[in-house]
Amino acid sequence: MSLAELQNVKKYFGDVHAVDDVSLKINENEQISLIGPNGAGKTTLINIFAGTIKLNSGKIIFMGKDITHLPPYKRCELGLARSFQLPAIYPNLTVYDSVRASIISKLKKGKRFYSSVDLDDEVNKMTKEVLELFELYNKRDMLAIKLPHGDKKLLDVACAFALWPKLILLDEPTSGVSTIEKRKVMEKILSVSKEMGIKSFIIVEHDMDIVFSYSNRIIVMYEGKVLADGKPEKIKENAEVVRILLGKVK
Amino acid sequence: MKIDIIKEVSTIIPFKNTRFTSILIILFIIALIAPYVAPPFLTYILLTFFCYVPIVIGFNLLLGYTGLLSFGHGLFVAIGMYTSVYLMRNYGVTSIEIMLILAATLSALAGFGVGLLCIRYVRIFFAMLTLAFSMVFYSFLLKFYWLTGGDEGLGIYTRPALLGMKFDTLYIMDFLTKVYYYYVLAIMVILLIFMYRITTSHFGICLRAVKENPRKADESGLNVKKYRLYAFVISAIYTGIGGALLVQVTRHVVPAITYWTYSGEIVFMTLLGGFNYFTGPIIGAFVYIVLRDLIMSLTIYWRVILGVALLLIVIFVPGGLMGGAKSLSKLIIKKRESYEFS
Ligand SMILES: Nc1ncnc2c1ncn2[C@@H]1O[C@H](COP(=O)(O)OP(=O)(O)O)[C@@H](O)[C@H]1O
Ligand SMILES: [Mg+2]
Repeated sequence: MSLAELQNVKKYFGDVHAVDDVSLKINENEQISLIGPNGAGKTTLINIFAGTIKLNSGKIIFMGKDITHLPPYKRCELGLARSFQLPAIYPNLTVYDSVRASIISKLKKGKRFYSSVDLDDEVNKMTKEVLELFELYNKRDMLAIKLPHGDKKLLDVACAFALWPKLILLDEPTSGVSTIEKRKVMEKILSVSKEMGIKSFIIVEHDMDIVFSYSNRIIVMYEGKVLADGKPEKIKENAEVVRILLGKVK
Repeated sequence: MKIDIIKEVSTIIPFKNTRFTSILIILFIIALIAPYVAPPFLTYILLTFFCYVPIVIGFNLLLGYTGLLSFGHGLFVAIGMYTSVYLMRNYGVTSIEIMLILAATLSALAGFGVGLLCIRYVRIFFAMLTLAFSMVFYSFLLKFYWLTGGDEGLGIYTRPALLGMKFDTLYIMDFLTKVYYYYVLAIMVILLIFMYRITTSHFGICLRAVKENPRKADESGLNVKKYRLYAFVISAIYTGIGGALLVQVTRHVVPAITYWTYSGEIVFMTLLGGFNYFTGPIIGAFVYIVLRDLIMSLTIYWRVILGVALLLIVIFVPGGLMGGAKSLSKLIIKKRESYEFS
């Protein structure tokens, strides 16, 4: 059984066909790179998948359930998490509390009105684990808004991982990070996902070297459509893909 | 399950922070001896302040912790007040516990209904909608004068029984400042502890996440609307209890409680003290109630003066008194450090 399936998904913004009739099957243990030039519709596709925006038509199946019309929090409960291209943070929460919110959500402890969260060893142990994996633990008392840009992105990703999802969608986790740092961030994300046992993800990424080195499937989008989809070796040989990617993205 | 009492208590009273703990203890002692050392009118003001504590911390669970500004919380104060008065006048109920429980229940129900409709909106739309609900109730109170006493409201002429004990022989001022005072103090402390625990609970963290970034919270598996609704209902319960406590002090209830200017006063107290701090609204309520009495006795233009004060605070110390105090103490510490290093 596949983990998720998009069937003829469409999203138009006026005349712009941001996502134009996309159908995909996503299986467990797939580390997918979603690539394509700016404006190809990658973010829109992630947004539709996570429920951030509504689609015009099509169907989304996740874990054997039709989630097309489920709100984001219900999709998350089923095991779908995401991070944002522009890092989404809780500005005035500390790094520690930001991750704790995800852990509490994961453990379904949010309705505990009268139990001190500081005394909850399970929550605090898991929070510490995630923060240490992402090397954010010594910044745990900082307000999220005070973090440098790179750490904000990392915190956003950490919050998504802290949900221990079955499938994680990362929208350009390394954008705005220097080229040298990019590789480090990517390796961090990969090692953490191994450590945490999160096996399936879709990462939107620009850097081709990075893309070819870690993923076992690549989906190329162009003008709202899936242009190519397959193993990295296959994609490398696809002349049209090479032309578009080299032509539009450096 | 083993519960470590000392650990549990330490979440409420931070023993390690000796300065804060000693301030708490000193304040509590002052509150305990006030009726015997302070003139009655001061004790009376203090008592009024105690009644406002649940109102403002309830209000601030919404504003400070959930990010929703209600401009209609007078509605729940009124529900608490009218419930008590009605029970006393029409049903001969004397037990204040029954009044408090019924006030809390009715506030919760009203909070659930109003909340359900309001939490679909945020920011100014939420504020306007809560205001509208309160104003609808205001006109209801005015129109149905045979039920509510119209714009003159309803007075109470009997005394409630506290924990089943009656105090009918005491002068009313003695009853209020020597007996009722301690009762309200006790309830206030309990409600404070509860609220503190709520804000530091699992639920409290989720609430703040919802406030800080509802979209991210939603994508992280938190049902944003549900959290807002829970916060609204808890807030309404606190405010209703505050109203039920307060009406025994004012001995009278008028529809003006549901008029938007009264809700505005609750907003004012909270902003004055600083809504980003647990203690902010409490300090705000204290300063406001003392100042109001002071300025009211000096000039009839007290509303203007308070209005200007609010303007100045919003412009110059947006963090309220607590925010101001915090930046001030930071400034002093920095100065001290720079001396040490120079
Ligand atoms: N909210 C929106 N309103 C209007 N147009 C949008 C909106 N979001 C995206 N678009 C358009 O949809 C297209 C795809 O955008 P996007 O999904 O962000 O691309 P990518 O992430 O691949 O760079 C672009 O042409 C963009 O301008
Ligand atoms: Mg994008």
